[in-house]
Amino acid sequence: MFKIVSKKQLNEAVTLMDIEAPYIASKARAGQFIIFRIDEYGERIPLTIADTDPERGTVTIIFQAVGTSTIALSKMNEGDSIQDFVGPLGNATEIEGYKNVCVVGGGVGCAIAYPSAKALHNAGAHVDMIAGFRNKDIVILEDEMRAVSDNLYVTTDDGSYGEKGFVTNKLQSLIDAGNKYDLVIAIGPIPMMKFLAEVTRPYGIKTLVSLNPIMIDGTGMCGGCRVTVGGKIRFACVDGPDFDGHEVDFDELMRRNSYYKAQERESASHECRMLAAGEAAKEAQKNG
Amino acid sequence: MANLSLTKVPMPEQEPNVRNRNFDEVALGYTEEMAKEEATRCLNCKNRPCVSGCPVNVRIPDFIAQVAAGNFEEAYKIITSTNCLPAVCGRVCTQETQCESKCVRGAKGESVGIGRLERFVADYHMAHVSEPVPAIEKNGHRVAVIGSGPSGLTCAGDLARLGYEVTIFEAFHKAGGVLVYGIPEFRLPKAIVQKEVDNLEALGVEVRTNFVIGKTLTIDELFEEGYEAVFIGSGAGLPSFMGIEGESLIGVYSANEYLTRVNLMKAYLDNYDTPIRKSQAVAVVGGGNVAMDAARTAKRLGAEHVYIVYRRSEEEMPARAEEVHHAKEEGIEFMCLNNPTRILGGENGEVRAIEVISMELGEPDASGRRRPVAIPGSEHEIEVDTVVMSIGTSPNPLIRSTTEGLDANSRGCLVADENMATSRPGVYAGGDAVTGAATVILAMGAGKTAAVSIDKYIKEKNA
Repeated sequence: MFKIVSKKQLNEAVTLMDIEAPYIASKARAGQFIIFRIDEYGERIPLTIADTDPERGTVTIIFQAVGTSTIALSKMNEGDSIQDFVGPLGNATEIEGYKNVCVVGGGVGCAIAYPSAKALHNAGAHVDMIAGFRNKDIVILEDEMRAVSDNLYVTTDDGSYGEKGFVTNKLQSLIDAGNKYDLVIAIGPIPMMKFLAEVTRPYGIKTLVSLNPIMIDGTGMCGGCRVTVGGKIRFACVDGPDFDGHEVDFDELMRRNSYYKAQERESASHECRMLAAGEAAKEAQKNG
Repeated sequence: MANLSLTKVPMPEQEPNVRNRNFDEVALGYTEEMAKEEATRCLNCKNRPCVSGCPVNVRIPDFIAQVAAGNFEEAYKIITSTNCLPAVCGRVCTQETQCESKCVRGAKGESVGIGRLERFVADYHMAHVSEPVPAIEKNGHRVAVIGSGPSGLTCAGDLARLGYEVTIFEAFHKAGGVLVYGIPEFRLPKAIVQKEVDNLEALGVEVRTNFVIGKTLTIDELFEEGYEAVFIGSGAGLPSFMGIEGESLIGVYSANEYLTRVNLMKAYLDNYDTPIRKSQAVAVVGGGNVAMDAARTAKRLGAEHVYIVYRRSEEEMPARAEEVHHAKEEGIEFMCLNNPTRILGGENGEVRAIEVISMELGEPDASGRRRPVAIPGSEHEIEVDTVVMSIGTSPNPLIRSTTEGLDANSRGCLVADENMATSRPGVYAGGDAVTGAATVILAMGAGKTAAVSIDKYIKEKNA
């Protein structure tokens, strides 16, 4: 069992948790991920590691409550334990040898962009960061990102905070203003990564994206996380999760990630029904 | 006087059209009377050819004599003196190519049902005898076993009995390896595997799940933590794909993923969150035991049509005859001499058909089997909504890529000598990680050999 040491709500849908996992905490590097399973009946869900505290033996995860397991996890509290937590899986983000980097995060993707920016910053690179959100209410990790970047640009789709516009526009304007990046890292929703890679393509700027496809084991065994990169099948868990954004077939990835959407909804409503039934039974007991 | 019946006492089974809708075990096992009757078919040959066919040298005629006499617990002791997983082996061993293939009775009629008797003895023991925990004096030496499949469990059990403090590291959340993620419930009930793991824990073996060697810790770090030797039994878990168009469409699985979702993650049970595709028609590509498992699983999940698509003829199929027979009984449709050329998608990128080309058999190839040759222009489509690729697996690179000085061959298999020693001192390996995908019993045999070698290595080192 793995204990939830602390919990913080970053916005309405995004939760931060520190999980007690000393081996992973002392081993993990930026870009790697863990797989968790809440209980015997849960799915195995991959999440990129947001931060670690080797001394305290904790691993920080930041997640959006979107599916059955992440919704259930978001309802758990400090002191509770989850059944399974395994990692660090995948390869660390390459940070060596870059001098001028732009790290772009979209929404909850900022939670994954942040450790990469931090690692690059600590390795001595000049780091510009663009963090995009739909609106002011869902801005997360602003102070943390500011602390590890030379310039932080926050954008919102509706202009309610920072600059109005998309991260793609911001990156374009930074390139137009003469910034010479030798690496762009893009982490966020698949369409964002896809269009960001199109912004950098004409300039030949190396662009890494971090992919989070459906997977089971995270060690290369199921093949469910396969993505097409440069026309070849690659497994995100062992070959990635970072790939060259100019080579990734994003449309296919988007389709594959919607594989179980319908069943997920069914499962969620199934659970709601079960909860309702449970509550009703408790009520009946109380009243009886 | 021996029982001269030319055939084995039949194994009671669930009716095909009942069992292809449930996940309960297909073969129901012998009763005491059936077991005794079958046991009397053994001639108790002096030269014991059957024993030489067993990778772990079970004293077969001895245990069968005890079954015939009704001393089932005595039989159990004989089996488990060399085989620590009899309930598993009695079910999934390929007896027909091993012990039973050497049985004298097989020359005329059917061999003695050694596997069925082994299963009976193991099941009888589980049902009637609660295991007393043997008192073993610990010798203070620690050994790490990587992987909790058949080779790891065997190696760990043998070392624990010798007094070693053994820790098994398992990447998944449950111990058992291919026995829990791969082989379906209807062939090998998971409660049996769990029981075997429980027995090991009672012997003092520590099982650490959620631990990926090569990631959470490396082999070098295991030595730093105080382990004196390491056994690698990490299996051959990396699925192969054909490299044809359409393999990333929605509805295409590796057999590993398909079976893991159902077996380990229990997608067939309503109270588990694991999703699996609700298929109408499924093509399983391949002709091995795993392909049969995937096909029979698909049928049980409710698919109306399940096809085995195999490029050679049924004669060349690597699957056990018994599995092929069971699959056919359950309504699996065999489309042999067909090789997939591409998978076709419809709306939303979902599978709508698999295109195959007809094959004919030519001259024998390197494997000694007749080479399948495509018949030009014979491409045709089979309408399916799901494709399961079951064309083989290869060893996982996680360990070899993080362990310096550990030699592997061009296929990614670790190199080990006849004592299961690798190129690194103190590191031993066996099972599919060394041989590539093979059988449960061969892996167990390798685990046994490695345990002997590790014992010798540690004793010599500390002498």
